[in-house]
Amino acid sequence: MAVTQMVGARIQRREDPKLVSGHGRYVDDVRLVGMAHMVVVRSPFAHARITSIDTTAARQLRGVIAVLTAGDFRPVISGALPVTNAFVPDKKQVPDQYPIADGEALYQGEPIAVVVAEDRYIAADAAHLVSIEYEPLTAVTDHERAMQPGAALVKGDRPDNIGWDTTFAAGDIDAAFASAEIVVKERITQQRVFPIAMEMRGCVADYTPFEDRLTLWTSTQVPHFVRLFLSGSLGLPESQVRVIAPDVGGAFGSKIRPYPEEYLCAAASKLTGRPVKWNEERSENLLATTHGRGQIFDIEVAARRDGTLLGLRFTQLLDIGAYHGVFSAFQVVACLVAGGCYGWEAISARSIGVFTNRTSTDPYRGAGRPEATHLVERAVDLVAREIGMDPADVRRRNFVHDFPHTNNFGLVYDSGDYDKTLDRALEMVDYAGLRRRQEELRKQGRYLGIGLSTYVEICGLGPSAATAPAAGVALVESSVVRVHPTGAVTVIVGTHAHGQGHDTTFAQIAADALGIPYAQIEVRHGDTADTPFGYGTYGSRSLAVGGMAVLRSCQKVVEKTRQLAAHIFEAAEDDIVVDQGRYYVRGNPADARTIGELAFATYGAGLPPGMEHGLEAVSFFDPPNFVWPFGCHVCVVEVDTATGAVHIERYVAVDDCGNVINPMVVDGQLHGGIAQGIAQALFEEVRYDDESGQLLTGSLLDYFVPTIAELPDYELDRTVTPSPTNELGVKGIGEAGTIASSAAVINAVVDALSPFGIRHVEMPARPDRLWAMIEEARR
Amino acid sequence: MIPAAFEYARAGSADEAVSLLSRYGEDAKLVAGGQSLIPLMRLRLSQPSALIDIGRAGGLDHIRRDNGTLVVGALARHVDIVSSAVVRDSLPLLAQIAYDVGDQQVRNLGSMGGVVAHGDAAGDYNALALMLDAEIVTTRGTHRARDFYRDMFTTALQPDEVVTEVRFPVAAGPHAYIKFRRRLYDWAIAGVAVQRVAEGWRVGYVNVGATARRGVAVERALAGGASAADASQESSRDVEPIADVRGSVEFKRHLCAVLTERALEQAQAGLSGRA
Amino acid sequence: MKQSVAITVNGVQREDAVEARLLLVHYLREVAGLTGTHIACDTSQCGACTVLVDGRAVKSCTVFAVQADSSSVTTVEGIATGSTLHPVQQAFWDEHGLQCGFCTPGFVMATAALLDGNPSPTDDEIRKGLEGNLCRCTGYANIMRAVRSAAAAMHGTGEVRSTATPAGAATAESKSAATVGG
Repeated sequence: MAVTQMVGARIQRREDPKLVSGHGRYVDDVRLVGMAHMVVVRSPFAHARITSIDTTAARQLRGVIAVLTAGDFRPVISGALPVTNAFVPDKKQVPDQYPIADGEALYQGEPIAVVVAEDRYIAADAAHLVSIEYEPLTAVTDHERAMQPGAALVKGDRPDNIGWDTTFAAGDIDAAFASAEIVVKERITQQRVFPIAMEMRGCVADYTPFEDRLTLWTSTQVPHFVRLFLSGSLGLPESQVRVIAPDVGGAFGSKIRPYPEEYLCAAASKLTGRPVKWNEERSENLLATTHGRGQIFDIEVAARRDGTLLGLRFTQLLDIGAYHGVFSAFQVVACLVAGGCYGWEAISARSIGVFTNRTSTDPYRGAGRPEATHLVERAVDLVAREIGMDPADVRRRNFVHDFPHTNNFGLVYDSGDYDKTLDRALEMVDYAGLRRRQEELRKQGRYLGIGLSTYVEICGLGPSAATAPAAGVALVESSVVRVHPTGAVTVIVGTHAHGQGHDTTFAQIAADALGIPYAQIEVRHGDTADTPFGYGTYGSRSLAVGGMAVLRSCQKVVEKTRQLAAHIFEAAEDDIVVDQGRYYVRGNPADARTIGELAFATYGAGLPPGMEHGLEAVSFFDPPNFVWPFGCHVCVVEVDTATGAVHIERYVAVDDCGNVINPMVVDGQLHGGIAQGIAQALFEEVRYDDESGQLLTGSLLDYFVPTIAELPDYELDRTVTPSPTNELGVKGIGEAGTIASSAAVINAVVDALSPFGIRHVEMPARPDRLWAMIEEARR
Repeated sequence: MIPAAFEYARAGSADEAVSLLSRYGEDAKLVAGGQSLIPLMRLRLSQPSALIDIGRAGGLDHIRRDNGTLVVGALARHVDIVSSAVVRDSLPLLAQIAYDVGDQQVRNLGSMGGVVAHGDAAGDYNALALMLDAEIVTTRGTHRARDFYRDMFTTALQPDEVVTEVRFPVAAGPHAYIKFRRRLYDWAIAGVAVQRVAEGWRVGYVNVGATARRGVAVERALAGGASAADASQESSRDVEPIADVRGSVEFKRHLCAVLTERALEQAQAGLSGRA
Repeated sequence: MKQSVAITVNGVQREDAVEARLLLVHYLREVAGLTGTHIACDTSQCGACTVLVDGRAVKSCTVFAVQADSSSVTTVEGIATGSTLHPVQQAFWDEHGLQCGFCTPGFVMATAALLDGNPSPTDDEIRKGLEGNLCRCTGYANIMRAVRSAAAAMHGTGEVRSTATPAGAATAESKSAATVGG
């Protein structure tokens, strides 16, 4: 029986029947016998000294098991959270973060005490009875002001508020600017945003005394990282800690780090001898889960009047928050890829990480690359505007063409064809026709805007050769492929899926690689007890790194099967043909053994000398390079200049992520990614009170996550330029939509408002903001 | 989020609700659909000692025409108002406004009486009640809408007084409702309702003051023969918005003028509601 | 003090003593053990907790269990027939209308209620029906497709209906896309 080609097939996701019918199993669905509930009492102040904590009333409430503060945790949680700026060469400060405030709270939402009670209602009541006295201290609320000498300090014993200050320079930037015919400058802000995974964080910790074992169910992207760091802090051997990331309801980067509550919940279980559950509330989530972006870019572009880009000089000011996020400094990657799809003589980028009395920032879908794309795509439009050239032509003129292409900082773009995606996207929107229509409408006082974003994305974290300078990190990925005696297969991976559909797509890869029907292949992930050490899912790495690990294990299995087949057929290994799971001697396809038969044989007698029993393989894949998806997005908007409202008329995207395993999943990733970029461009922003540092957007009532009524349909097409760096020819697609889209939307809004002399619009392009700009321009 | 504990009693009628309210005292609250109250309770911004649930009291969900009056029972749900043929014939603007309240789930539970008693300036019906000077009938008597809305979330209702119905004058002439917001289901950043009645135009504003506002100055200008564009500029006299994350005072005032003009034009063109 | 409630959940009659403040969603998840109904906000914004109470979609985080006394509640676990998914569930699966799946039970129930009252909704009516549900993964395009597909599967052709919308409603929704400020 021939096995259908699965790779490339649009097949429904096998994850879905349980999810659509209410049978998913998320952390809050875990219920253990004797389980207690934990509620965290948090600082209402951005910066305050904790002068006293009175837990008496809370303890006296019936059903309360324990009320714990920093002093109670010290004996069981040693050391600090893994906070780091590993990705930055010039570190200035890496202050320790203990999972619970001890004496001083540095951000609103920092844990001060935890209550453990018989149920969540009692725990909530008790939390309100914990009486804490604070002495409010000056809050550092603006990362630009915080850099100035003499600025108030995020914490009194820090020398200043600088976490890193590092400059990346390539080429002779002064020469580039000296030879420029035009220079454009702009300040481009990347506002703080909430990631808003629909499932908030949560965990269930079950510490069993005497056995000294801990099982932790937690909503995370990185179960192995959590185990690694948590076991260390709790003084348990890693082997005694089992971390399970069950179904996870979205993450977008916000579940990429071990969090204070995972430590506190585990410790609370140890201290109370009870399984303990903690569920984050949404209002808590907005304070206590890491935020994204929070950066200011001051850019200068040197170019010639014919549209040739020469030099790019900029500063990235990144609002770290009170402590480093675990991967916060990764976002400095914006400096290295801000050149985008274009050739530059020189780029000079300085990144400064600044502490504030705010929640930590950490990766949010794209993490540094949306910022880079937004920056360079705005820069190109500014140049086009300055010289009166069509933005599409400026792009074309500067695209790099020869691949592999080494960019200014030595990063090697694996493959690409940027003209092709641009041409296709312009064809889809009828660019020339749109420009004519824009002219016509302007005469009627209507303001249509067309925005382009041609992007290239670095993803597939990551080759150890590239990440080694970051504290020796090797972000490789692992798999185990186990063929059972019946020929059924279990694929166990170190990545973690929380919406990406790996159960389906990894099985598609394994089905083809093994020649075993898709239905017989199960994919497992998320439980450290049965998965090899894995690095988790983020940075659009799961397919290009994890998928390759799956392929490699399959290949090892096939190799062993081939050896066994040669033995059985009494033929040379080289003469064994492997064809869709059938093994036969060249020239004699009629006499074939299926992989199922051979798998059964590997568990029985009669193996060739030296061959071990069983049929399984382990692989760790260390990619030789990053992979570089690219594409062109075009957004068409109309701005109602009377109200400032933006209506998206069309959104067209042509993306190239190399070979496609499942087009349905790829399109879905693009939809969601684009939606999040549009959301940042038009709707979402975290706002704080300037004085007090209090969060003003503390609920989904005031933080405008778009609904089904605000987002457009997405018109997608793709080109296929396989990556030469991996045998699957794949790149990544999880973040591409977000990386491309904010620039397309804002370029469209600016284009619409260009008759008013408006050359830049900050995100989000709120109605009130646009209206005020238009009013100002009209004056 | 978990609400604080409270006592709970169900009222089978408005009168029973009154006696339960008196029995449980001033910290007791009446709940009908609960779509505004329960989120506040979850955040513990509201911690009533007792909830008197009038949600299933009999005889309060009527919608009927009474000569020149449309009578809407306090427990008529938004969804019932949207689909009522009587409302469509007697005061189509009300059906349109009801369809723009909250979302499907909120419209299924929230009620006329809840919106009116809550007295929220953002409550969609309050501007309509005010501009038409509807009668708010309670267990103690009848309030004219013009005397009913006192201040932010404050009405003329006594602690043990229960709204039983709202009586709107029938008006089926040109009308429009425009609600400007970031997302379809959000509260209005600014909303305006306009209705042509025998005496002229009636104009009401949503969420641009401590209470709903009637567009007195705009109405006067229109009565004096001003164009929609000119009359709309008068809206700045009628509204007193506050700044928040949705916009500045200036922006909201400006929105009121723009929306008023558009609403008047749409109403006149018979294009109710089109922006 | 606990109150006694009699609630029929997915056809099963239950009687439970509950605190008056027990939210219906917690009643369903923790008393009835039906964890398909999810919680994703605390201000009634997200709709993940949507269930049917006497056939109408409600946000079960904004209803106390005592208010549902004597009612019949249907959750996402209660609409499939044996191992056959409800057409709405099937359509979400077919059209890739979910990714992480956390918001999906709420969308499925809101859609089921929408189609129950309006078998062939227009796109604007779909938006109006699902405006109270947030999804962060799909960007909603495939949810739109899923709802259209479910309507077609349940009611034959799925042709766009042109009548039976309240007059005010029909006009109100046509403005919605244009007046919602970005």
